Amino acid sequence: MTQINVTVDGVSYVDEVEPRLLLVHYLREVVGKTGTPIGCDTSNCGACTVLMDGVSVKSCSVLAVQAEGAEITTIEGLANGEWHPLQRAFHEEHALQCGYCTPGMILAAADLLRENPHPTSQEIREGLEGNLCRCTGYENIVRAVRRAAETGVSQ
Amino acid sequence: MTAQTEVPAELGQARLRKEDARLITGQTNWTDNIRLPGMLHMAFLRSPYAHAKITRVDVSAALQLPGVVAAYSGADFADEQGSLPCAWPVTPDIVMPAHPAMAVDEVRYVGEAVAVVIARDRYVAADALAVIDADYQPLPPVLDIREALNESSPKVHEAGNKSFEWTFANGDLDAAFRDAPVVLERNYRQQRLIPAAMEPRSVVCSGVGGEYTLWSSTQIPHVLRFLLAAITGIGEQNLRVIAPDVGGGFGSKLQVTAEEELALLITRKLGRPVKWTESRSEGNMTVHHGRDQWQRIRIAADTDGRIRGLAVDLLADMGAYLMLVTPGVPLLGAFMFPAIYKMDAYSFRCTGVFTTKMPTDAYRGAGRPEATFAIERIMDELATELGVDPLEVRERNWIKHEEFPYTTICGLTYDSGNYEAATAKAKELFGYDELRREQAERNARGDSVRLGIGVSTFTEMCGLAPSRVLGSLAYGAGGWEHASIRMLPTGKVEVVTGSSAHGQGHETAWSQIVADQLGVPFEDIRVLHGDTQVSPKGMDTYGSRSLAVGGMALVSACDKVIEKAKIIASALLEAPPEDVDFSGGVFRSRSGAGASKTIQEIALATFAAHNLPDGVEPSLDSDATYDPDNFSFPHGTHLCATEVDTQTGMVTIRSYVAVDDVGKVVNPLIVEGQVHGGLAQGIAQALYEEAVYDDAGNLVTTTLADYLVPSAADLPSYVTSRTESPAANRLGVKGVGEAGTIASTPAVVNAIVDALRPFGIRDIVMPCTPERVWRAIQTAQGEAQKGAPQSGAQEGNGAA
Repeated sequence: MTQINVTVDGVSYVDEVEPRLLLVHYLREVVGKTGTPIGCDTSNCGACTVLMDGVSVKSCSVLAVQAEGAEITTIEGLANGEWHPLQRAFHEEHALQCGYCTPGMILAAADLLRENPHPTSQEIREGLEGNLCRCTGYENIVRAVRRAAETGVSQ
Repeated sequence: MTAQTEVPAELGQARLRKEDARLITGQTNWTDNIRLPGMLHMAFLRSPYAHAKITRVDVSAALQLPGVVAAYSGADFADEQGSLPCAWPVTPDIVMPAHPAMAVDEVRYVGEAVAVVIARDRYVAADALAVIDADYQPLPPVLDIREALNESSPKVHEAGNKSFEWTFANGDLDAAFRDAPVVLERNYRQQRLIPAAMEPRSVVCSGVGGEYTLWSSTQIPHVLRFLLAAITGIGEQNLRVIAPDVGGGFGSKLQVTAEEELALLITRKLGRPVKWTESRSEGNMTVHHGRDQWQRIRIAADTDGRIRGLAVDLLADMGAYLMLVTPGVPLLGAFMFPAIYKMDAYSFRCTGVFTTKMPTDAYRGAGRPEATFAIERIMDELATELGVDPLEVRERNWIKHEEFPYTTICGLTYDSGNYEAATAKAKELFGYDELRREQAERNARGDSVRLGIGVSTFTEMCGLAPSRVLGSLAYGAGGWEHASIRMLPTGKVEVVTGSSAHGQGHETAWSQIVADQLGVPFEDIRVLHGDTQVSPKGMDTYGSRSLAVGGMALVSACDKVIEKAKIIASALLEAPPEDVDFSGGVFRSRSGAGASKTIQEIALATFAAHNLPDGVEPSLDSDATYDPDNFSFPHGTHLCATEVDTQTGMVTIRSYVAVDDVGKVVNPLIVEGQVHGGLAQGIAQALYEEAVYDDAGNLVTTTLADYLVPSAADLPSYVTSRTESPAANRLGVKGVGEAGTIASTPAVVNAIVDALRPFGIRDIVMPCTPERVWRAIQTAQGEAQKGAPQSGAQEGNGAA
C-alpha cells in the first residue's frame, strides 16, 4: 500500500492505496465521487474524463498513485454555486440523453475551450474525438460547446 | 368527455429536460454507484472456446485467496439455474435449446460463463479468476450460417443448427413474377453489430428475510421481475426490481441475463448483497449482438417500374442460444420489406440458424433496419435498371397521401402518412436537382472524387404493440402499457409510468402531456418510473413504444382523474355533472354565473373529504392500462450526399437531410435528439461498425479500439425537419426512437453505390470501409480491362 495526498473537488484526502488502483476506482470507491462513470477499459470512450491540475485525463488510464499531489476536478466539483457555462449549455442545447458520457464530455470540452476558446465546429468535433456518445449523434454536443464558447468560457 | 376548448399549452413546446439537472452535475444514480453494507463483488470466468466440452472446472484454488468468499462452477448451479427465457417461440416446432446461466457440460460461444467468484472487492474477484482450473475438450465451431445448414456441418446443439423456419405470403407470387418484364435479384449482408450502450451492464442484489431487491441497468424492470421470479421460483411478490438511472440501452438491455439471474441466486445462497459490473471487453463479448442476416431479395416489375411482386428469403444468425426475443427480431422485419410500396404479391421466409457466437437479439430497429435496407437498396437497383431517378421509381409505387388508411400486402393498416410532402421537403432542403447536376458534371470529367446521392423513403412499424397481434405471432406477453396519476393534497401530481426510461426524456415529455390534460403547471408534475414497487405494472421501453402506447395510457389515466374530480366539483359547485365543464385545469358550472373550482382545489377538498357526495371515495387517483389497436407508422425521406475518393476508398458524408413524419410532436427538442442519435447509429452500420469473429470463433472486436463506435469527428452535421401526419390516436403521436437508425443505413450505402455506378459497381458490403470501397473499385477496373461482366459486389464474410 502506498500513501497518496490528493485534492478532489477542493477537498484534500490522504489515503493508503494499492499501487495498481486506478484513479477512477479511487475516485468512485474510496472518495465516493460516483459522478465520474466508467465506460470502457481501453481509454477509448472518455466517460471517466476528469481534470488533473486543470488538464483533462482519462481517469481509467491513470493510477491513483500518479495523482499524488494533484488537484482533481470531477463533474461534481465543476459547478461553483451555479452551473458551469458548459453544464448550462449542455442542458439548453439538449446535448445529453442518457447522460452517461456527459461528465467526461463536459470536462473534455472544458479542456478544449481552455486550449482553444473559440473553436470552429470542426475543431470541436476533432477535439472531442476521444469521448464517445451513443445517444446524441454529437450534433447537439457540438452546438452546446459552441454556445459555451460564445458565452466566453475559457476556464 | 374531457375535450379541452383551449389549444393545449404544452404539447409541441421545446421544454428543457427535467432529468438533466442530475445528469450534468454527476448526481446520477447508476447501478454501479450503489454500495450496500457487506456487499460482495462477482466476477465470471468465461469460455475461451467457441465450442467445447467442459471436462473440468475446479474453483478450489480461488477459495484459498484472501478476500474470496465463494466460488462456483456451472455444475454447482445445475439444479437451480434452470434456463434463461425466450419469450418468442415463433413457430410450434421451433428448436429452443436450454440456456443455462452458467454452462455445465458444454460451451457454445466465447465468453459464455463457466464459473463465478464472489469476493470482497472487484480486484480480488478478478485475481481469483486467474487461479480457477478449467479444462475443455474443443469441438468444431460453427461460424457461417450459410454453411451451418449443410448436413456435414458440425452441430451447435444436438437437435441441429436450424432453429425455425417462418413464412408469410400474400397474393399470387408466381403470377407476379411470370412474364414480368423486369426481375431483379440481389443478395445483401446485414453484418453483426454490438449495441454498445455507454453504460456497461451492472447488477446489484440484496435479500432480507426472503425478500429480494435487484437493481439492474435494464430497459425492462417489469418483464425482468416476472421472468426472474418464474425461472428462480422466488415469489414475484418477494422480488422488487429497480432500474435506476440507466445509461442507454438500444435494445441491449431488453434482456434477462445470466448475470442478473446469478446475482439473485448467489444472494439467496450467501445471504449477502452482491454486485457485478461488466468491463467493456466483457460486454462486447456477452451483451447480445444485433442484426447478422443474409438477405436474398427478388423484385418483379413492369416496364414503367410498377412493382408486381417481392420475394424475400432470409438466413438469420441466432447465435448459440435463443434469448428473450431472438427469434422474433427478423419477424418484425417481415412486415416491413414492402415498406411504403403497393404491390400484388409478397412472400417472406426466414430461417433461424444456430452458430457458436454470442446470441443476437433486439438492437435499435430490430428487424426493421434490415428490411428497410434491402427494399431501399433494391429500389435503387430497379431505378438503375429502368434508367429513371430513384425518387421517381419510388413515387410510382408508394401509397399516395389520399389513399390512407391503407392496408398493405402484409395486412398492416397504415393509419396516416404523406410521402409526397416529406419527399418534397427533403429534396428542397437537400438541393437535390443541383446535386444531381454536380454529380453529372463530375462524372463527365472523370473526377477522382465522385459524388453520390442516396435515397431512403422509409416507414416502420413501432409502438409495440397490440396484444392480439403479439398473440397471433406467438409472443409470450401483451403489448399494453400502464400509467397512474396520484393527485396530491397540495395540487401537485405524481405520474407513474410503466415505461421505464433510459435517456428518452420521459420525465419531461410525460409532464408536458399531463400538464395539458389536467391543466396543472409543468413544474408541479413529477414522473416516477423504473421501480416495480413504485410502478408495479408495466411493459417497459423498447420498439418506440413509450409515447405511442405509454403516452396514451397517461391520457386515459388523466381522463379518469377528471371524471372523478368532476363529480366532486359538481357537488361543490352545486351543479349537475353534465353542466360542469373542465378546461385548463378549471371546472366551471355552465349555469352558476362563473362559479368555478380548480383541479387543485378539488384535490384538497378530496383529501379533506368533508363535503364529498354520498358514495364517492376520497381519492382522485387513477390507473389506466392502454392496449393499442394498431402499430405506429412513422415515415420520412432521408437524402445523403457522399463524396467517394476513388483513389483511397475514403467515403465522406457531405450532407445529410432527414425529413421525418412522426405525427404530432410532444417535445421537438427531444424528437430532434432522437433523430440525431438514430442517424448516428444507422450511419455507423453503413460505414464503421462490425462485430468480427475469427476462424476459431474468437471475437476480434472486443474493445472500442476494434469496434468502431464513431466519434464526433467521424460523423456529419445533420439537417433535420419534419412533416406532420397525425396518427389515429388521441394525441396524434407516433414513435420516433428507431426511425433515424432504420432510415439512414440504406441512404448512406445507396449514396456510396450511386457514386460508384459509373465503375459498374452495384454493391459494397457493410461496413463500407475505405479498404472495401477501394477493393471494389480495383476489382471493377480490373474486370473492365478484361472486358468481363462484373458484379462489383465484394464478398463479405465478417472478416474484412
